Formats: sequence, C-alpha cells, structure tokens
Amino acid sequence: METFLAFVIGGLYAAGLYMMMRRSIVKLIIGLSLLAHAANLLIFTLGRLTRGEPALIPPGGIRPERPIADPLPQALILTAIVIGFGVQAFAVVLIKRAYQTVGTDDLDDMKSTDTG
Amino acid sequence: MTSLILSTAARYMLPLLLLFSVFLLLRGHNEPGGGFVGGLVAAAAFSLYAIAYDVATARRVLGIDPRFLIGLGLLVALGSGVVSLAQGLPFMTGLWSEYAWPILGKVGTPLLFDIGVYLVVIGVTLTIIFALAEA
Amino acid sequence: MNLILVLPLIVPLATAILTVLAGRWRWAQRWLSALGAAALLAAALALLEFVRREGIQVAYIGNWPAPYGITLAADLFSAIMLVLAGLMGLAVAVYSLASMDPARERFGYYPLLHILLMGVCGAFLTGDIFNLYVWFEVMLVSSFVLVALGGERAQLEGAIKYVTLNLMSSALFLAAVGSLYGVAGTLNMADLAVQLHQVAQPGLVTTLSILFLVAFGIKSAIFPLFFWLPASYHTPPVAVSAIFAGLLTKVGVYALIRVFTLLFVQDVAFTHTLILILAGLTMVTGVLGAVAQNSFRRILSFHIVSQIGYMIMGLGLFTPLALAGSVFYIAHHIIVKTNLFLISGVTQRLGGSDYLKKLGGFYAAYPGLGVLFLIPALSLAGIPPLSGFWAKLTLIVAGLDTGQYAIVAVALGVSLLTLFSMTKIWGEVFWKPAPARAALPASQVGLAGMILPIAVLALLTLSIGLLAEPLLALSTAAAEQLLNPAAYIQTVLGGR
Repeated sequence: METFLAFVIGGLYAAGLYMMMRRSIVKLIIGLSLLAHAANLLIFTLGRLTRGEPALIPPGGIRPERPIADPLPQALILTAIVIGFGVQAFAVVLIKRAYQTVGTDDLDDMKSTDTG
Repeated sequence: MTSLILSTAARYMLPLLLLFSVFLLLRGHNEPGGGFVGGLVAAAAFSLYAIAYDVATARRVLGIDPRFLIGLGLLVALGSGVVSLAQGLPFMTGLWSEYAWPILGKVGTPLLFDIGVYLVVIGVTLTIIFALAEA
Repeated sequence: MNLILVLPLIVPLATAILTVLAGRWRWAQRWLSALGAAALLAAALALLEFVRREGIQVAYIGNWPAPYGITLAADLFSAIMLVLAGLMGLAVAVYSLASMDPARERFGYYPLLHILLMGVCGAFLTGDIFNLYVWFEVMLVSSFVLVALGGERAQLEGAIKYVTLNLMSSALFLAAVGSLYGVAGTLNMADLAVQLHQVAQPGLVTTLSILFLVAFGIKSAIFPLFFWLPASYHTPPVAVSAIFAGLLTKVGVYALIRVFTLLFVQDVAFTHTLILILAGLTMVTGVLGAVAQNSFRRILSFHIVSQIGYMIMGLGLFTPLALAGSVFYIAHHIIVKTNLFLISGVTQRLGGSDYLKKLGGFYAAYPGLGVLFLIPALSLAGIPPLSGFWAKLTLIVAGLDTGQYAIVAVALGVSLLTLFSMTKIWGEVFWKPAPARAALPASQVGLAGMILPIAVLALLTLSIGLLAEPLLALSTAAAEQLLNPAAYIQTVLGGR
C-alpha cells in the first residue's frame, strides 16, 4: 500500500508542477490544488498506514483495548483541507477578476509589474 | 436561465437543507459532522437559491450581509475561548454545564466554538460565491 | 500568567471582529482600528517587559499539556518581534486613516489588516510547528486579499504571482511538517528539539531541514526564490505595501531562525554554511536588482531582498554575537523599511507618481520631508550614528571573529551600493528640479496624519542609533536564549 501511495503522490506532484508550468492561469490554479492534495496524501502516508480503532479509551479504562490509529495525521490533513478550501476559493475569485481586468488568461501577457 | 423545476425545488430544499445543517452541527460533537460541514451545507442551500433565482434574491432570503456573519461567528468562537479565562483557566479550556439538556446533553464551550465555525463558514463561503456570481 | 501570552492574539482578533460588526459606520471602524493597534502594541510591550524580568513564558491552549496540545511560548526573540509587529501595526493603522480610500475601507480593509496582524503575532508566539503553518496561512490569506483589494490591473497581476509562489511554499511547508512528524513523531517544537537528536538516520533530518529552508526561503525571499517580491510589493496602496515590507518577509526570517537554532542543529557545518552562502548571494542580487530600477517603491522592494541577506548572515555565522546582530538588524530593518515605504506614499500623493523621472524638487518644496527621508535612507545604508550602522557593525565584527572574510567583504560592498541607491532616490526625487509637466495641484488633505507616523518612526531610528546600548543588550540576551535552547525546552516540556 505504501508503494502504491508513493507512486500516487509522485504522480500528483508531477501533474501539479506540469500544470503550473502552463501559461494559462486556470491551469495554474488546478496545479496548485493538485500540489495541496499531494502534500495531504504525503502526510497521510508518512503518518503510518495502520488499520486501527479510533483513539478513544473506554470509560473507566486507562489505555485503549485494541490497536488504535494515530489520529494526529488525520487532524492535520483535515486542517490543511479546510485551509486549502478557503485559499483555493479565493484564488478562483482572483483569477476571474484578473481575467476580466486584463482580458487574457495567458500568464505571458501579465508582465507589466515585472518590467515596470 | 430560470428553470421552473429548480426554482420550485429550491424553495422546498432551503428549509430542509438548513435543518439538516443544524443537525450536522449538533451531531458533530461526538459523531461525524460539525460546524464546518454544517456551515457548508447551509451555504449550499443559499447557493442553490442563488442558482435557481439570482444573487439578489438569495441575499434577500439570507437577510444579512454574509460578511457580518463572519464577524458574528468569530465573535462567538472568541467568546467560547474567553469563558475559561474568566474562570482562571488557560485560554480555550473546555467547560461544560452541569445540567444536561434534552436532546443536546451537556452543553459546553466546544459547542459554542462549533457554532462560531458554522457561522464563519457560511459567511466566508457565501461571500466568495456571491462575489463570483455577481461579477 | 496565561492572559499576557494570549492577549497579542485576542486583541487583534477582537479588533477585527469589532471593525467587521461596525461595517456600516466608517468613522467607528477607523477609530476602532487605531485603538486596537495601540492596544496590541501595549500588550506586546507588557509581554516583553514580563519576559525580560521573569524569563521564557509558556501557555497551554485548552489546558492540554505539552507535547500533546498546542503551546504558546514567548522567549525574548518572540517578544521583541511582537513589539515590532505592534509598532508597525500602529504606524500603518494611523497612516491608513489619512491615506486609505473609502472604497477599500468599505470592502473590509481594517478587519483584514488586523487579521493579518493576528497571523503575524500567532506565528511569533506559537511553540508548535503545525500551528506555525496555520498562523502562516492566516497571515497569507489576509495578505492575499489585501494585495488584491481594489482590483487595479497591476494589483491583480502582482497578486497572481504573490499568491502562486506563496501557495507553493505553503505546500512545501506542509509536506515538510508531515515528513517531520513521520520521522520524529511529534510536532511540538521543544519536543522535536529533543527527539531529532535521537533519530536513527541523521541524513534524513538534514534533508528535511533543506525542505524547510526552501519553504521559508520563498516566504522570506532569499536568493533564488525572491522573484515574487519585487513583482508584487509595489502594486497595492502604500499602507499595505508598508506593512508587507516591514513584517511579512520577516516572519519568514523569524521562522528560519527559530527552526535553525532550535530544531536543525545536527549538521551545522553543512546547513549553516549553505545559509551563509545564500545570505551573500541574496545581498548581492537584491542590491544589483535595485540599481536597475527606476521607480521609488521598486527600488525599495529590491532592497528588502538585499537586507534579508544581512539578517540570515547572522544565522549562517551562528555565534552569539552574530545572532544578536541578526535580531538587532531585524528590529532596525522593520522600522526603517516601513518608514521608507510610508515616505514613498507621501511623495506619490504630492508628486502624483511613483516613477523617479516624474518626481523632483521635493527638497525645495518640502525640506522637512527631505530630512525625514534622509534619516531612514542613511540608516538603511549603515551610516553612523544611525541604527543601521550598529546592526551592520555587529554582524561584521561577528564575521571577522569567525574568520569569514568573504561574507564580510560582500556585506561591506553591498552597503556601498545601498548608499548609491539611496542617493539615487535622493537626487531624483528631492534634489533635481521638479519636472516641467508635474504642476499637478497636490492634494494636501490628511497629509499631517501621514507625516505623523513617519516622524515618529524616524525619531525611533535616530534614538536607536544614538542609544544603541539597551537594544543591543536585549538582542544579545535574545541570541543567548536562541543558542542555548535547553531553557526553552525545559520551560515548555517541564512542570506547569
């Protein structure tokens, strides 16, 4: 399972970077969200893939009865997904406004701030 | 493009979805659910209205500026953290009422925080969706 | 003492909430914003004084003990940075009262400014590496909106570059945090400092440290990763540029210093030498980039890059004196750079342009403004007895002590080129006679409100220069805490 996920993560990173190198701003945003997914999956895989119960101790006990799954990577991914949701929603609004104002979705035509 | 089926359905779906979102919010403390998903479902309900009619109608149904909801939600969330400070405990320590309410059980500051999240998520999502739809 | 650690987060959040709820009344928003910024400065000063007297402070959010819950920890370095954040917040909040246009104010400029400040303060206070990521995102999301707020063409083009590069850095940072958890099994920075010494494969830790170097390097705009900064920082309104220029990249520098003094000290010979080389290249490329520019704020933007080099030079040298120099440099730079941006706003208001060619004659027309410009400009170049001189002197002495003559030579050369850049601005904007066509009737409305923070910051630069001793002593104490993390670790993990 780890090997499979490693390839998936690598594929996601490759696809994300490829999309970001395209000139269209829409593809740029798609690339960015792919990168975020790759990072989330990376955390998931590195947090050890184990099958286990929720990390809860029954009332009166002092330690879990069966092997538990580490809840922390899941909490991290959940937080990262929520943040990514907000950021990407903003990015979509931004590229729409930029498209309307500049009149193109080609990054090569958006150089006015570099050449001054 | 107004569709009769969609606009009629949206009118019935709105209260149902809102009810479902509150259900998700309250369920979230011990089971899957919570303020974030609940907020998304509620925002989806108003977005559906905006698609079926238009943004102005959806805004009128919502009644207040979604940005105001963000502020309100943050206020509630901040309040849930400050309660424990007033009792001399560290910031955001969870506190629960002694009395068990019907259905809800013991109400505590985590629920308050979740309500704050619920309001912020509705506010943020609708601000963005309305901005996209109006431009 | 829990409250005093949490106040720098609660105050800006409460201010943001109140300014949102006061959305309809513009005057209420403006006064709440200024008052909130003043309260933040007061809270930060109180914390600094408390940390100076009582040592490192820790708060456990939600009463969960370290390393399981999120901890807030303030050592001297954090407290100094918080005071600087509060100071810049107040300066920019006052400046905004006079310079921000009503359309941006209506759209939520003030709440965003305070959320930004909360993100910055959170990043300085947190003792948990994932929490640092979250505060970075809080800061970034509000800065994204601030940079695009207003929707002018240049702003949107700059915003796309700014957003893309920063999101990329966030994705890298997130991957690095996840990998670190996979290696060490904890996210609390004090606990990580202990655990990372026991990792079976030290090579893995060094690799991770480079991942962090790249992620924070993008955010702090060091050598090969700085292109987003001069492409975007000059596009938003001056008040926004100023707070970005003063604070945002410095959060990246703070994160670099924090992780490379607390966590990644296993292979100093490799990592810190790499940082030193990057510092030299950052200084040179930044200053050479500035020479080629012909607009006031673009020159200043490139100088931010160049100055970042000095800050991480101290980290690369990795001696107590060098780190003290870094801390001193950051304090000096934040004040001076914010001030220069604020001045560029005044010349833009009066001269109607940001391009050097179209400006001129300011010394004849406004000699006071000329003096106010000269103080931070000469300080930036490192002319004694201003604050920049002491900052550079400390770093150069530290470089000579460790025998790193190459970086000392680079630092001195870059100083000269900085002076050249500043005299270029002086010559074009202040000295040269006003261009014939620039007879625009300048709007004088609210100018006093713009000059006030500039004058206060200039006075501060001057007094740091003339009375360098207290700040230098404070920086030295902060550097000693950074280099001996045992006390930090003990305070966070030890008893409650």
